Amino acid sequence: MKRVDGECTLTVNGVDHEVNGLHPGESLLDALRERCGLRGSKGACEEGECGSCTVLVDGEAVCSCLTLAASATGCSIVTVEGIGGSSRSDLQEAFLRAGAVQCGFCTPGLIVAAEALLRRAPEPSVDDVREGLAGNLCRCTGYGRIVQAVLETSEERRNGR
Amino acid sequence: MSTSTATEQRSSLSIPGGVGEPVLRPDGGAKVEGSFEFSSDRSMDGELWAMTLRSPHPRARLVSIDTSAALALPGVAAVVTAQDVPGVNGFGLISADQPVFAVDEVRFVGEPVAAVAATDPETCARALDRIRVDYEILEPLIDAERAIDGSFESIHPDGNLIRHQRIVRGDPDLQGEVIVEGTYEIGMQDQAFLGLEAAVAVPDDDGAGVELLVATQWLHEDRRQIASCLGLAEQRVRLTLGGVGGAFGGREDISLQVHVSLLALVTQRPVRAAYSRAESFLGHVHRHPASIWMRHHADRDGTLRKVEARFVLDGGAYASTSSAVLINAVTHAQGPYRCENAVVDGYAVRTNHLPCGAMRGFGVVQACFAHERQMDLLAEACAKDPVELRLMNAMETGDRLITGQRIDNVAPVARCIRETMALPMPDEEAGDHVLSRPGGAGLTADDSMVRGVGMAVSIKNLMYSEGFDDFATARCRIRDGRVLLKFATAEVGQGFITIAMQIARTELGLADVEFESIDTDVGSAGSTSASRQTWMSGGAVVAACRGVADQILSEFATTRDLDRASLRIEGEWISVDGQPVATVAEAVAGLNLEHSAEYHHPATSELDENGRGDCHTAFAFTAHRAVVDVDPDLGLLRVVQIATAQDVGRALNPLSVVGQIEGGVAQGLGLAVMEEIIQTNGVIRNASFTDYLIPTIADMPPVVISLVEEPDPLAPIGAKGVGEPPCISVTPAIVAAVDDALRRAGRRLPPLARVPIRPQDIALAGHDGSTATLAS
Repeated sequence: MKRVDGECTLTVNGVDHEVNGLHPGESLLDALRERCGLRGSKGACEEGECGSCTVLVDGEAVCSCLTLAASATGCSIVTVEGIGGSSRSDLQEAFLRAGAVQCGFCTPGLIVAAEALLRRAPEPSVDDVREGLAGNLCRCTGYGRIVQAVLETSEERRNGR
Repeated sequence: MSTSTATEQRSSLSIPGGVGEPVLRPDGGAKVEGSFEFSSDRSMDGELWAMTLRSPHPRARLVSIDTSAALALPGVAAVVTAQDVPGVNGFGLISADQPVFAVDEVRFVGEPVAAVAATDPETCARALDRIRVDYEILEPLIDAERAIDGSFESIHPDGNLIRHQRIVRGDPDLQGEVIVEGTYEIGMQDQAFLGLEAAVAVPDDDGAGVELLVATQWLHEDRRQIASCLGLAEQRVRLTLGGVGGAFGGREDISLQVHVSLLALVTQRPVRAAYSRAESFLGHVHRHPASIWMRHHADRDGTLRKVEARFVLDGGAYASTSSAVLINAVTHAQGPYRCENAVVDGYAVRTNHLPCGAMRGFGVVQACFAHERQMDLLAEACAKDPVELRLMNAMETGDRLITGQRIDNVAPVARCIRETMALPMPDEEAGDHVLSRPGGAGLTADDSMVRGVGMAVSIKNLMYSEGFDDFATARCRIRDGRVLLKFATAEVGQGFITIAMQIARTELGLADVEFESIDTDVGSAGSTSASRQTWMSGGAVVAACRGVADQILSEFATTRDLDRASLRIEGEWISVDGQPVATVAEAVAGLNLEHSAEYHHPATSELDENGRGDCHTAFAFTAHRAVVDVDPDLGLLRVVQIATAQDVGRALNPLSVVGQIEGGVAQGLGLAVMEEIIQTNGVIRNASFTDYLIPTIADMPPVVISLVEEPDPLAPIGAKGVGEPPCISVTPAIVAAVDDALRRAGRRLPPLARVPIRPQDIALAGHDGSTATLAS
């Protein structure tokens, strides 16, 4: 089997991970989960439809299942494990409080996607939230509590809490 | 062991985090942080990966399998086929008619033929490519009617008819003053849980048993079937619940459990497997597609007199729970309405389609779509308002099903209808945002948009039926002042653990509650399905906690020389004749206590040949109102709002109940407007999230909710199951709203009679006076 020659480093949540011997087609999602041991990012469709694998690459929300691991070397990658820094973020707390989590499989991707949305549009309308998170599927909640969690976080940040 | 069915009134003293509060889920922190371990996140040192080879044909004779080239591939540890199954090569929830690996014949696209274990997934995939299978292609049975009329050869030793059930009640020849009839089609829906099937099997040190970590709905039933297939005693198979990423019925049957367990035993190494989305569509059962004919007879004023119906449910290649789904469908044919006369026939059949079994709503989704479309027809025929017609026929406690069974539960059908219709309507105009219009961002409708309103009502049975004793077990311990709960109840995301902890706090007056590993080291909890765990496992937790509470109070009475009968736990206190004297926490200091309990619901019976019998355990009721915007020219629609009042008995955790309702509404909306597995000549065409669409956040409208709380004296603490009812009548409510919009647009059309509604059903309907059919 062909491997990517040479040493590769993925910088994830500020930590360098040596990932030698990547397969040429290996996705960033697989590398994060199986090589870096960061299993917070989830795979539920492998084709960019469900958003469960969403991570930030140089600040941009991407589907890590569609991103080649090799192409992310040298970039700053942030996963759900790193989104809140050392403690739970206000957004993560809001998801919990609002009842936006049931089975929780979509939650990591949604947390990352919603954080990217709030950085892009700090005061989103309901429609902005719906448009901004339309790439993240959730099968349990019906999305109502997710909208609420994002809007509450926006309001908290606006009020400087 | 003890059994408890009593409902006890609690005093106004309460404990934080007890029953009735919107307590947050204990696993929520880990889930938002990404540290919660799902079954697909578990790996083991020295593990192998497993992958399954599946039939590409809906029906073929299996001539030969040659695995030698796969075995020769470096990194491949084992290849197994039917001949390697040491026990019974058959499994199934009701009959063991589905082989672990196909023998002689494959019966659906996706049927497992072989499985490999290798060092990594890539090697597994290359090994599958090297397995040579010779098939002799046979004509598939895809027309359900041919399974009924006997005109197709038997495609399985058990025959093509899985079950027929007839129900006759009252006067079968009665003719109503008003008669309406129609035939209704429901497409095959997928559970589409986000967390794909995954498991890790580890052989025991002595090599003669296996331990399985798996995402499932029913650990003990999995264990029974796995042990049978592996030829092992049940105690040599131990199961632990892996983190479950949703279920909705799709994890009630065996998928990869036997394959990974077998490979772990053969290789004597840990074996891990995880399905892809495409494989998941093939690897679990789906909601039965159905064709339902109904004819209703009524008096001129709309009083319902008789229902006639014929149900055909396509069960696909293997039986799974088809016979139980059928019974649910036919016994709910009348809907939540009084009806003294009935003639109903139902057939669940075997075809070479994907196997069907449990999905949220379990047969009642199909029945409800048909009877609610009929109620709209009847209202029109009687010149009655559809809401009024439903109210005048609404069931009450004491009314009977067409099986003769009396409804003993609280039955607030009329209240659900009234409260639903009283909920606020949305703004009259769609907003300016592109997502507010039918078609959304990609296909924006023009100004020919028309609004419509529809409603529908449902009755849903709770728990298992037909004489099955689906009991639940729980254990309660006190250690160091903490409560430890143990049960095998599958937490699939619905929030049972939260409810169990709330129950323990309220029953015991102790704040510090933990739960132990969910595994087969305790008695069965039954399945997390049929809206049953709050009632059943909740009942077991209540009984276990009350057993411990009794020990606490007896001990306290002895120590303080008090009369036991005068003592009660109220909030965090032990009270003597109503006066708080000590906290429970003080009373349990230094005590090690334990009580285990089983909860059984009252026995049910099977139906006789005329469909008579008290086959169900309990019932819950729900009404939905839908508001939609439709572009009749482009065939686009958008659901603007759903309103619902649901009979919940008592909301043990209002936040969880709202979550169940909103999530259920989304799935019912999906069935109404987009979700369908398409098969052409038995071949699935859309086994991906690109082609099988489920609602996104942009598709979901606001859901306005009224909880109808009339505690049910028959439920352990008054609470009914709330999981399935939200996804049932929402589907016909949306379809009724679309019909209403098309009427307002001036179209004179036959009513929409199939779900999901496709653009052509709207845009091309009525041009020649009939619903158009396009080749799919």
